[in-house]
Amino acid sequence: MSENIVSVNNLSVSFDYQENFLSKKQKIKAVNNINIKIKKGSFFGLVGESGSGKTTLGRAILGANKISTGNVIFHDEERDFDLTTITPKEKKEYRKKAQLIFQDPYAALSPRMTVRDIIAEPLEVMKITKSREETDARVRDIASKCRLNLEHLRRFPHAFSGGQRQRISIARALVSNPKFIVADESVAALDVSIQADILNLLKQLQHELNLTYLFISHDLSVVAHVCDIVAVMYLGHIVEMAPSRELFKNPRHPYTKALLSSIPSIDPENKSKAIELKGEIPSAMNPPSGCVFRTRCPHASQEGKEAEIKMGLVEVEPGHWVDNCGVNCGA
Amino acid sequence: MKHLLEINNLDVKFDTDEGRITAIENVSLTLDQGKVLGIVGESGSGKSVTAKSIMQLNPGNTIYNDNAEIIIDDENVLKFTSKNDLKKIRGGKVSMIFQEPMASFAPAIKIGNQMVEQLMIHKPQDKKEAKNISIDMLNRVGIADAEKRFNQYAFELSGGMRQRAMIAMALSTMPKLLLADEPTTALDVTIQAQVINLMKDIIKEFNMGVIFITHDLGVIAQVADDVAVMYLGSVVEQGPVNEILKNPMHPYTRGLINALPDINNLDAPLTPIPGNIPSPLDRPSGCVFRTRCPHASQEGKEADIKMGLVEVKPGHWLDNCGVNCGKV
Ligand SMILES: Nc1ncnc2c1ncn2[C@@H]1O[C@H](COP(=O)(O)OP(=O)(O)OP(=O)(O)O)[C@@H](O)[C@H]1O
Ligand SMILES: Nc1ncnc2c1ncn2[C@@H]1O[C@H](COP(=O)(O)OP(=O)(O)O)[C@@H](O)[C@H]1O
Ligand code: SF4
Ligand code: SF4
Ligand SMILES: [Mg+2]
Ligand SMILES: [Mg+2]
Repeated sequence: MSENIVSVNNLSVSFDYQENFLSKKQKIKAVNNINIKIKKGSFFGLVGESGSGKTTLGRAILGANKISTGNVIFHDEERDFDLTTITPKEKKEYRKKAQLIFQDPYAALSPRMTVRDIIAEPLEVMKITKSREETDARVRDIASKCRLNLEHLRRFPHAFSGGQRQRISIARALVSNPKFIVADESVAALDVSIQADILNLLKQLQHELNLTYLFISHDLSVVAHVCDIVAVMYLGHIVEMAPSRELFKNPRHPYTKALLSSIPSIDPENKSKAIELKGEIPSAMNPPSGCVFRTRCPHASQEGKEAEIKMGLVEVEPGHWVDNCGVNCGA
Repeated sequence: MKHLLEINNLDVKFDTDEGRITAIENVSLTLDQGKVLGIVGESGSGKSVTAKSIMQLNPGNTIYNDNAEIIIDDENVLKFTSKNDLKKIRGGKVSMIFQEPMASFAPAIKIGNQMVEQLMIHKPQDKKEAKNISIDMLNRVGIADAEKRFNQYAFELSGGMRQRAMIAMALSTMPKLLLADEPTTALDVTIQAQVINLMKDIIKEFNMGVIFITHDLGVIAQVADDVAVMYLGSVVEQGPVNEILKNPMHPYTRGLINALPDINNLDAPLTPIPGNIPSPLDRPSGCVFRTRCPHASQEGKEADIKMGLVEVKPGHWLDNCGVNCGKV
């Protein structure tokens, strides 16, 4: 049996894009030749600026985006699911194992359904339970695990605060008893206090229910606190990946360093300046050749030799991978 | 010395279908030229309503109390009634920037035309001159190809660039007072860092006063001189940013800090503030924080407290809770 629950091998995901029907079809490579292994029971973090491809990677692992090249394997107890060749029948089975928690607790919940029906819906759609009694029992069980008041099950979601809504979304994602959860910006819209509560809940559920998370976030302090391994994405590529403490202590890649230096410290006396990056992330339609980060990297050479680099992760310390830029540029 | 802005005893209520709600109660704040006052608090604590009161941007269902004052240049903004009076503040003396830059720009008008129009309202001048000032301002905020951007629509710019364009427009009239309502909340940290550095430079250069609203204590720590912590419409603690963040005394301020993931202390647990923020329709009597405060008494005597700030150390103002409850 594999110690990993997900293996992503040389995965690329491209979208066809056409500005209007007269213009030429273009390809957007949102995810580019990615390799990651997600260990069972881990809290795997994915960070990077908007547009770096985090959601696309998460959706590809869930089978919600078409895989262009490479593959994604999900290792279940008895069998593997290969997401590249998965049949519709297998996909139904897979849906029970791998679930998504959304970002926006306001948009995600249908206002016309009771909380009970919202949580029960996946059980009914996936035909997991045989009777209403069984469904109710499962709903009550997961609702109390998510610290929802059972009284609330009869109400409609508009009556709830952001934190309670997020607990409803979590209960809904967990009701089919999945093993793997993609949490895409699941705390981004919440106030800090509610955020702390939801993060603690996710941690507790991880232990109680043996869950593995892919935790997507643009907030590095949050990721540092909850994740045990972190991958940093930029323009479709993973540029660095390491156990979180190691990554936050010894960032190697210039992009990781810039990201970490940009977190505003809550110590007013710590005025260490952010490494300011030039401009914004380039369009994925038109990424720089060679090192994708070179147009914003403070270490890029005058001569532009980075345009010829072939990107790829190198293991610089056990478990600490960084794009070969460090090796090339010596930065 | 005369303050740039003085808010005294401000209450703001809204008439809604469910009843009259209290969004702000008895808020008093001062701001001096060249200083940045941060306002921090969870959503719904009244940060935006405070800023909008200064610009008179609250909608028609708003009720202000009679003895409230918002004083800018010896005039009480709350007593302004005519369009002409309001023009004084909206047309240049005070500018506001928002979390969502699209809120500042009319979608169908080119960025440049909006900037020029605003400048001409502020001060009658040659159109050509106004255009030059606008392009110069776009340059100053770090927008490359300013001439080209001048002729574009807001939706044609990327998020970070839109934020810069909005700042350029807000600053082009050289306001004395800038109200910034979560100006970096929607941005990536890298772009946030750029915008913060830009704003710091400009604040210094123009020597203006700024109210900087955010729910991010890290951003407050890096940009503000002073900070006011708001909860459910009341300021519960206030003072120099270093003092308040290093020696927080109010249970709510402490709660906010303990809930925050600190990158420098990964072992610290994340401690939520218990319970939920009450609806403004059920605003607790007495101490507004008592329904969530770990120090609240069994007997509920905090329901009878009259809130009010007390200076507990030079410059450090704390709701009299510390004095009443004796727990801090
Ligand atoms: N269905 C689609 N069609 C075309 N392009 C797409 C599609 N989905 C994503 N993209 C593009 O792929 C790239 C990666 O997008 P993705 O949503 O994965 O980024 P992200 O890292 O999740 O960003 P954010 O932090 O904003 O959520 C972007 O350039 C995006 O515009
Ligand atoms: N126009 C309005 N009508 C009714 N209630 C309002 C209105 N504007 C704001 N409020 C209420 O006033 C309170 C404070 O809001 P706001 O200042 O926007 O909070 P913050 O900016 O701190 O998140 C909230 O309870 C909000 O719902
Ligand atoms: S290869 Fe060079 S340009 Fe690219 S990230 Fe590394 S140091 Fe920067
Ligand atoms: S007055 Fe009492 S209940 Fe209110 S914040 Fe202070 S200690 Fe807590
Ligand atoms: Mg995304
Ligand atoms: Mg607000």
